[in-house]
Amino acid sequence: MSARVFVPADAAAVSVGADEVAAAFESAGAQVVRTGSRGMLWMEPLVELDTGAGRIGYANTTPEDVAGVLSGAAPGIGVVDEHPWLASQRRVTFRRVGVVDPASIGDYEAHGGWAGLRRALSLSPAEVVQEVTDSGLRGRGGAGFPAGRKWQTVLATESEQKFVACNLDEGDSGTFADRMVVEGDPFTLVEGMTIAAHAVGASEGYVYVRSEYPHAVAALGRAVDTACTHGYLGRDILGSGLDFDLHVRVGAGAYICGEESSMLESLEGRRGEVRARPPIPAVRGLWGRPTAVNNVLTLCAVPMILADGGAAYASLGTGRSRGTQVFQLAGNVRHGGIVELPFGVSLRELVEEYGGGTLSGRPVRAVQVGGPLGAYLPASGLDVPMDYEALAGSGAMLGHGGVVVFDDTVDLARMARFAMEFCSLESCGKCTPCRIGSVRGVETIDRIIAARDGQGDVPADLALLDDLCTTMTQGSLCAMGGLTPMPVRSALRHFPEDFEARR
Amino acid sequence: MTASTTDRAALVSAIAAAHAAERGPLLPVLHDVMAELGHIAREDVETVAAALNLSVAEVHGVVSFYRDFRTEPPAAHTVALCRGEACQAVGAQALYDATCARAGSLGDDVEVEEVFCLGNCALGPSGTVDGRLHGRLSADRLDALTRDWR
Repeated sequence: MSARVFVPADAAAVSVGADEVAAAFESAGAQVVRTGSRGMLWMEPLVELDTGAGRIGYANTTPEDVAGVLSGAAPGIGVVDEHPWLASQRRVTFRRVGVVDPASIGDYEAHGGWAGLRRALSLSPAEVVQEVTDSGLRGRGGAGFPAGRKWQTVLATESEQKFVACNLDEGDSGTFADRMVVEGDPFTLVEGMTIAAHAVGASEGYVYVRSEYPHAVAALGRAVDTACTHGYLGRDILGSGLDFDLHVRVGAGAYICGEESSMLESLEGRRGEVRARPPIPAVRGLWGRPTAVNNVLTLCAVPMILADGGAAYASLGTGRSRGTQVFQLAGNVRHGGIVELPFGVSLRELVEEYGGGTLSGRPVRAVQVGGPLGAYLPASGLDVPMDYEALAGSGAMLGHGGVVVFDDTVDLARMARFAMEFCSLESCGKCTPCRIGSVRGVETIDRIIAARDGQGDVPADLALLDDLCTTMTQGSLCAMGGLTPMPVRSALRHFPEDFEARR
Repeated sequence: MTASTTDRAALVSAIAAAHAAERGPLLPVLHDVMAELGHIAREDVETVAAALNLSVAEVHGVVSFYRDFRTEPPAAHTVALCRGEACQAVGAQALYDATCARAGSLGDDVEVEEVFCLGNCALGPSGTVDGRLHGRLSADRLDALTRDWR
């Protein structure tokens, strides 16, 4: 019998040669299963050999290593499931990612798939909403709004047509969990959205995937087709009477479409300009109908919550942050990847213990948490527990769980300028504080940097920048303009020396 | 009207017709036009508008809003480099600046673009070379990946 090897088809693994490795194993006569990634991204391509006594991992495999892996001569990392980096995590949302064949609906069922949907369909919509409310699940897209309360609003709003919409426009630098879960375990999202449809009374759903994620688009499209064929989507799902059609739509390169109202505009076929609220999408969303808009990770937590009960999920975490969070370690970090743990782990533990410090080997100087709109924290501020409230208390935010590490060569004035530049490039243009404020922000920081390095009036420009930040925070229609000041102000607060004259 | 513009209009009309029954068909139609024709020309905007019963201004507004929708034919080869924070933390800005400055040395007709996040943030600097994603990019690696262009 030929050897069975698992080779990730995840975009990150492919970006460092996994396709070539898979082809080499096939040429050598091995049976190759393309999986998602385990999330130990510094080891990619991480291939696993099925030995009958666990799957033995081989890190950073190249086509030249294939013979050695198959003969057992190559040095492995041992049983992957027992690797401390992985075994110490609490994988809930990511439990199947990297393990199963994402194209196999049989694999999905064999690893606990559809149990949540089956239980949900035996409950009334109100009971499903109650279960999600009891779980304490909060929106993982960044805002942290209680998912159960959002669903309750959609359920309670009368309409002959309702929608569910999933936001897979994961544009924050330093985040990739949505992409990885959908590439590695796409049926979980299908199941979560079908449960959502039953809970709120929707008959149609849309997933908005960013165009930068072609692997995710392909994996999800295949999963939707397969689920339709097997009766998990379409008419009378599993004989329950539920009708639900799911459509995959692709974005077109606009960061702002990760903002939920811009995403709805884009799905409707318009420029991705934000909508003023109220009305909220739960009352008037897609095509004016009540719409449950949720992030991928929110929806992918739902099947487990329904299968095991809201109380099981709520037993994890701390304070008002219940369950697990999928942290993503990125940037200048030695061991980058996916770390799923209950809320409450410290940022230091993530950066130093899981991350292993910087890739460059130099000291950590700054960590940006929560994407381009999140705060820069100094190395002295890493003891903050990772939960919504504690981060807010530190002048930061969790966002989508991205953690980007910088070493001591980083220039925080340049990063503050980049925050404004990014906003000026990606602003939808609808409101003035964001559209104009970001351009003025770039100009002002340019003067501050010029003054720092030579001449000019730094204190006056610092006051102007602070004023501008206040205007953007208070006057913008959405989080793009409203939160761009967060990285800028945190850089000023924690790294003032980067803005002062150099002698 | 030349034969080729007639053919182009017929193709674009057929693409629009294939999506006409969907809700909000404009973005799927424009993606298909890009895939078939490489760019969205002024006359395509008019064709799509007529086929979907939209105004030319509405379609133009959408085409001009999204980075993916280009109105000129692309270069023979494209390198897109990420300038997001995570890639900047491992030197992406310097790589981007240097690659822009030497685009001509990679090949005759090469376009260097900036992108903001390809979701490969633990293996930066990231970029795409003719649409294919690569991690841990460097000047040497780009030279190797673009060797056939010269």
